[in-house]
Amino acid sequence: MINNIILIASNELRRFFKSPLAWIILALVQFLVAIFFYVLLVTYLQPTSAASGLTDAVVSTMYGFAAYIILIISPLITMRLIAEERQLGTIKLLFSSPISITEIVLGKFFGITIYYILILMLITLMPASLLFGTHLDLGQVASAFIGLLLLMTSIASIGLFLSSLTNSPAIAAISTFGVLFFLLIIQIGGTNSSLETAEIFSYLSLVSHYNNFLSGLFNSIDIFYYILLTIFFIILCIWRLDTERIYG
Amino acid sequence: MKKNKPLISVHDLSRFYGQERAIENVSFDLPYGEILGLLGPNGAGKSTTMQIISGVIAANNGSVNIAGYDIQNAPQQAKQNIGFLPEQLPLYNDLTVDEYLFYTAKLRGIKKVNLGEKVTSCKRRCGLETSGKRLIQNLSKGYKQRVGIAQAIIHMPAVIILDEPTSGLDPKQILEIRKLMLELSKDHSIMLSTHILSEVEAICDRVLIINNGSIVLDQYLKELLANGNSLESTFMRLTEDNT
Repeated sequence: MINNIILIASNELRRFFKSPLAWIILALVQFLVAIFFYVLLVTYLQPTSAASGLTDAVVSTMYGFAAYIILIISPLITMRLIAEERQLGTIKLLFSSPISITEIVLGKFFGITIYYILILMLITLMPASLLFGTHLDLGQVASAFIGLLLLMTSIASIGLFLSSLTNSPAIAAISTFGVLFFLLIIQIGGTNSSLETAEIFSYLSLVSHYNNFLSGLFNSIDIFYYILLTIFFIILCIWRLDTERIYG
Repeated sequence: MKKNKPLISVHDLSRFYGQERAIENVSFDLPYGEILGLLGPNGAGKSTTMQIISGVIAANNGSVNIAGYDIQNAPQQAKQNIGFLPEQLPLYNDLTVDEYLFYTAKLRGIKKVNLGEKVTSCKRRCGLETSGKRLIQNLSKGYKQRVGIAQAIIHMPAVIILDEPTSGLDPKQILEIRKLMLELSKDHSIMLSTHILSEVEAICDRVLIINNGSIVLDQYLKELLANGNSLESTFMRLTEDNT
């Protein structure tokens, strides 16, 4: 079981890194977050700055910004996961091999999650560099780190599921973008407290839970939200591939 | 392995795509060491049959038994005994031949200690000794086909299922692939589909003609030809209602 998952995951990663896309995304995310980080830092260092603390003003804000970049760029990371296997016909190789659909899906998920963790670690190098010169609230940094990791796993599972619905990576990408953007903007509905549904909107939004992590609030309900979301879409993906074998 | 027991035993297989019938009540056996040729017009259900036997899609009805294992109840063990080459070659163009074969070998559950040896011997059998470091996307069609066959035999399965293994190849490559299949039939049972009748005559022991989703002929080639029929006239007669 574990061996097969590792096998699928490592093949996924190896093939992803053979395409320039993986490297370009790594570079682009790093570049954009670095610029933002630099601007935040320079602003903070102004004598007129009224910001409360370095961790809040620079580190948390940077993680918050990074989440938006990742949300926008993720469809390109997850689009090929299953859609491309179908397009190449290699899905038949997987289906005729003595491995289960659950192993295939979990392998794909963990493979791409490792890529996300790589992005996350590279981003984290920036706040880590501040440790040379100053003191940071490490608890809050860790909370933001875990928050972004959880956000990434849910994004990965949503992308994985949508990629299993089609044989065209482009369609997988645009529909993933649609769903992620939807989960992002329903937060706007949540900010209007005159709406009865405001609480529901706010609860469903990907970002409102993440904001708690950023401010250092480590709520079990937020952790459960992301874990449930991730598991939900992984199960949907397994179901989808299973029904494809029976009806597709 | 008992030589008298059928390696593939297919019973009453039916499969529908929505309302449309792909195959209905297909039953046959494939004994050890035989080459079975599956013939039929386009859309007759050849690929569907092969994909069901390989476990790529599931049947709505009926059972498939491979080397004693039911594909529904014991898919892992059954699939360990199959090598499948789909019509569309299941290749990752961005991998080298070696990377691809090592990956497929591991997918089929070959132990790490045997890995290098299996890949080397498999490449030798398929004539890929010198192509290991090449990217699959740079190979010619004939060599891609060989890689496709290599992934199907790398784990030395009891049964090899090849869906149109010679389509799109030039005459010389076709002869080479046929030679390879005859070579393989010494150790494996082979089931192949094709549109080339002379190919069946050249290498198959037995022929199965499928038309509109049902088997219309299941006969040893020798018997068929001994009765004074040619394969071509038999094929035309049995599939003439197909539009």
